[in-house]
Amino acid sequence: MSSPDTNTMSIIVTKGSLDWAYPPFILGTTAAAMGLEVTMFFTFYGLNLLMKDLSLQVSSLGNPAMKMPMMGMHMGMPNIVSAIPGVDAAASKMMKNLMKKKGIAPIEDLRELAVEADVRMIACQMTMDMFEYGTEDMIEPLEIGGAATYIEVATQSHINLFI
Amino acid sequence: MADQVLDAKGLNCPLPILKAKKALKSLEGGQTLEIQSTDPGSVADFAAFCRTTGNELVEQSDTDGVWTYLIKKAG
Repeated sequence: MSSPDTNTMSIIVTKGSLDWAYPPFILGTTAAAMGLEVTMFFTFYGLNLLMKDLSLQVSSLGNPAMKMPMMGMHMGMPNIVSAIPGVDAAASKMMKNLMKKKGIAPIEDLRELAVEADVRMIACQMTMDMFEYGTEDMIEPLEIGGAATYIEVATQSHINLFI
Repeated sequence: MADQVLDAKGLNCPLPILKAKKALKSLEGGQTLEIQSTDPGSVADFAAFCRTTGNELVEQSDTDGVWTYLIKKAG
């Protein structure tokens, strides 16, 4: 087994909501900009981030730490309100507006930068099957692999993150 | 005078770094890039970026909420 190269990083991406899309793509693109070879392995809801058409949403349901700046204070959302149809869509729109105002890149842009920076992207075969996703709906270039594919990458990576 | 100037004002993490990296790509070793940023996090981030990549942070200044960095591309 080869020893890890200090200039390599892998990230397992398991979540596909608007908020959780940021950590893997921010760290992946930044690591690539700092000269690291980066591999991202998308599994379960993370597969959602590989779709050509992204319609990412955030949910305040069961997320008591989500407090948006509103009317001069920070407001959370009780679960009973979050459960009302349309509330998640409104909260997502509000978060996207906030991001735009603060100069935060849309996920589409960060993802494109990751592709440009030759970040290796692997989609998990098993969860692709389970959710009946096809590569035709996903961005290119994309590799398909399983646990062993990831483990091989991990054994050769200095930094391995699970997000 | 820097060989190239990058206006990253109004952009938030990690965009100033990503755009700086792109701009540095087009420069030769020894040439300089000036970056203007309004992101307070850029102070720590450009220092870390330079330490890791070997590019030299020649100088930095701060005027009216705009941080200016001069980076010399590693040769």
